[in-house]
Amino acid sequence: MRSYLFPEFQVFRDESKCNQCRGCERQCAFGTHIYDPATDRMQTDETKCSGCQRCAIFCPRNALVVRPTPPYYRPNEAWTREKIDDLKKQAETGGVLLSGCGSDKPFRIYWDNIVLNASQVTNPSIDPLREPMELRTFLGRKPDLLEIDDCGEICTELGPNITVEAPMLFSAMSYGAISYQAFNSLAMAAREFGTLFNTGEGGLPREMREEFGRYATVQVASGRFGIDAEYLNCARAIEIKVGQGAKPGIGGHLPAEKVSSKVAATRMIPEGTDAISPAPHHDIYSIEDLSMLIYALKEATNYELPVSVKVAAVHNVAAIASGIVRAGADIVAIDGMRGGTGAAPKAIRDNVGIPIELALSAVDRRLREEGVRNRCTIIAGGGIRCSSDVIKAIALGADAVYIGTAALIAMGCTLCQKCYTGKCNWGICTQDPRLAGRLDTRIASQRLVNLLTAWSFEIKEMLGGMGINAIESLRGNRDHLRGVGLYEWELDVLALKGAGE
Amino acid sequence: MGFLTGSTLACLADSCFEAMMKEGRVRREIREKEISSCSIFGAMNRDGERFTGEGITRAIANMHVRGNGLGGGFAAYGIYPQYQDYYALHMMFTGGNRQVKREAKDKFEAFLCANFDLVYDEEIPHDDEVRVMDPPLIWRYFVAPNKKGDEARLSDDDYVVGKSMWVNTQIENACVFSSGKNMGIFKGVGFPEEISEYFMLDRLYRGHIWTAHGRFPTNSQAWWGGAHPFGLLDWTVVHNGEISSYGTNRRYLEMYGYKCTLFTDTEVITYAVDLLMRRQKLPIELVSKVLSPPVWKSIDRMDGKSRKLLTALRMVYAPLLLNGPFTIIVANQREMIGLTDRIRLRPLTAATRGEMLYLSSEEASIRLISPDLDQVWTPNGGEPVVGELSERGCQ
Ligand code: SF4
Ligand code: SF4
Repeated sequence: MRSYLFPEFQVFRDESKCNQCRGCERQCAFGTHIYDPATDRMQTDETKCSGCQRCAIFCPRNALVVRPTPPYYRPNEAWTREKIDDLKKQAETGGVLLSGCGSDKPFRIYWDNIVLNASQVTNPSIDPLREPMELRTFLGRKPDLLEIDDCGEICTELGPNITVEAPMLFSAMSYGAISYQAFNSLAMAAREFGTLFNTGEGGLPREMREEFGRYATVQVASGRFGIDAEYLNCARAIEIKVGQGAKPGIGGHLPAEKVSSKVAATRMIPEGTDAISPAPHHDIYSIEDLSMLIYALKEATNYELPVSVKVAAVHNVAAIASGIVRAGADIVAIDGMRGGTGAAPKAIRDNVGIPIELALSAVDRRLREEGVRNRCTIIAGGGIRCSSDVIKAIALGADAVYIGTAALIAMGCTLCQKCYTGKCNWGICTQDPRLAGRLDTRIASQRLVNLLTAWSFEIKEMLGGMGINAIESLRGNRDHLRGVGLYEWELDVLALKGAGE
Repeated sequence: MGFLTGSTLACLADSCFEAMMKEGRVRREIREKEISSCSIFGAMNRDGERFTGEGITRAIANMHVRGNGLGGGFAAYGIYPQYQDYYALHMMFTGGNRQVKREAKDKFEAFLCANFDLVYDEEIPHDDEVRVMDPPLIWRYFVAPNKKGDEARLSDDDYVVGKSMWVNTQIENACVFSSGKNMGIFKGVGFPEEISEYFMLDRLYRGHIWTAHGRFPTNSQAWWGGAHPFGLLDWTVVHNGEISSYGTNRRYLEMYGYKCTLFTDTEVITYAVDLLMRRQKLPIELVSKVLSPPVWKSIDRMDGKSRKLLTALRMVYAPLLLNGPFTIIVANQREMIGLTDRIRLRPLTAATRGEMLYLSSEEASIRLISPDLDQVWTPNGGEPVVGELSERGCQ
């Protein structure tokens, strides 16, 4: 059947610059560039191009420009280019449209409508270059009060808490969805910076456990892949994954092609079979079931690890979070609708869930109203793009944030959304050894550490400007935020004043 | 309030819930926080010998330029020995004219008779010659709780706080601004020396601890009840600063049932002190480490036991860290404590002379009333200066 689709991207090759080195041909796993020996010229098949920009960036002559095709259809606000093309694709394939990455739809990004405060006159701003500026954060349950005897010994039993040097953690990305190299880079960066990476639901390769277990949050998801006693006990924290912001309410599917022998061994499944995570946990159909799993995991790890429960931000997330805390979780991780994924049905990615800013604010408020906010740590993820997003999330009530997409971009990802094809030219979302080998773990982990370092500096600058020298004094401190261009109901949900109020 | 018991808290939660159900969406808070700067001074005789307010008035007057005449006040301990077993309620009745003030007073007294046994009451003596702006009707009542029904289970302190809160939020134009035993707060709109003259503190009262406050609010609201010190039972706080952690502190305290209605730092600090010292019974040395903790770098260098303790304190009480500049003088019947923020962004000088302990924003004020001092020092950031009554003083 002939496809009625335009190519999504146009590739311009400057023939006066190109010397037919065939670099682009090797770079592109989708097969966009082909060398034609007859003419000694490079040919282009634009229908294959994912717009990942690998060729353009790596062309030694800077001879390539790749850019989106303009929408050639008659302008139509209702039937946009995307709507028409998606429909054509379905007419041609009869299948569910898949996509990678988080939603790219123009839902309001609240971070961009919130501004920060700074000290003027009545209290001094603090210069982080001269004064201590503290970002150390504890993740885990805190008791309501600390009983201390006359000798200064603590009598209250303290639950396990993890110390991280800045309130930023890498979010769950599984080995299988991402390459071994990318997975390793995250682990190395977490160790070097003093934070945690998250195994996602793909297990933790055995040889990594001793070296990186102490920097890992290990996930227990509905497929129960790769879980054994050692997996749990080598880790720093355990996370029960109930939902994911990019695809709330549905499970996961790692296609057989991506299940290499090593992925299979790590996930403890046969090689070359589909790894399917069911939509729900089939042992969690209610909050009391969740509680039992939480305590089973605590038992299995001698109550030495905090247990996190990750849920997608959905309409009644506040009530759900409150239930999770009461069920015994030490950490509630909320993943907003802009959170990324390796593969999700596009209809779900773009239409299910709510933005993290609103979810976070609602959860923080509900837990305070119920007096249980201190019993848990809140981690917010799904749409954290820069240091100011981090600091705004803290002020809206998060203890820390998860960064996923931002970490991938630091490693080279260009958000081409083709992760589900397994052909990531940047060596990130692929199991093809030739492609994955492109990612040098030393360089990639350095880039990740640089990112966290740069964000930490910026956070310190902004904190100092507000006259605060410890991040905990900003937590939930909405007094330092103002909304701009938001409706009254939005300000109410965020519990923010408007600018000038 | 700090003293509310579980059941009262549950009621509070219930009413919140009801409000939520009624209104649907919880409205955001848009009241503005009050910002002010000031001078503070404290004097204590650790042997419990009582002295008049004359010296402290001169001392705080010496820091005249640190205030702007929009608020001044004093707290004095040991001033009502003849009524020391009764709560001394200092009341303000405000309003445009005498008639309105009287009505507020009548309403309050009806409430008082229903809930307390009244031992003695009188208008707080004042000197009408002193020109102060729009003084309210100020009265004092010495009372004993008359607990009935369910409330019989409450401790006297909890009961008094609950009733005071009720008066302050429910009876229009009536305000309880001092509710401890054998102590009292005197405050109003004006420079502190004018307030002292107005209440004749140099002649009428003798106390073993005095604290004073001169205020420089950045907004022009002139309300007698808004002056400082701020008190809760016999705890009082005077404060100089502008804490940038206010929002975090306030939201945390609200979880423990405290209702922050004044939107001032002082209110929040008073509740924090109450929560940590009175309810959680932490000693002042540790409380100071919660309010102004050492930096992580110092904690990490400490020996095992201290490191463990301070790490746990910072971890558990992180929301009570007071960030940004402040100096406070906290007092109760038996002690007076001075504390600055962790990086000492506001001044505090401490001095002793015999059994006298002085705390002041400026050394000159101490020297003015006690030229020869045994010791004068500038405490480090976060290091509390604690004055406690000696055994003799306690008797
Ligand atoms: S990489 Fe650049 S120079 Fe080399 S063949 Fe491709 S377009 Fe030409
Ligand atoms: S990870 Fe690779 S395939 Fe996925 S969006 Fe990024 S560049 Fe594209």
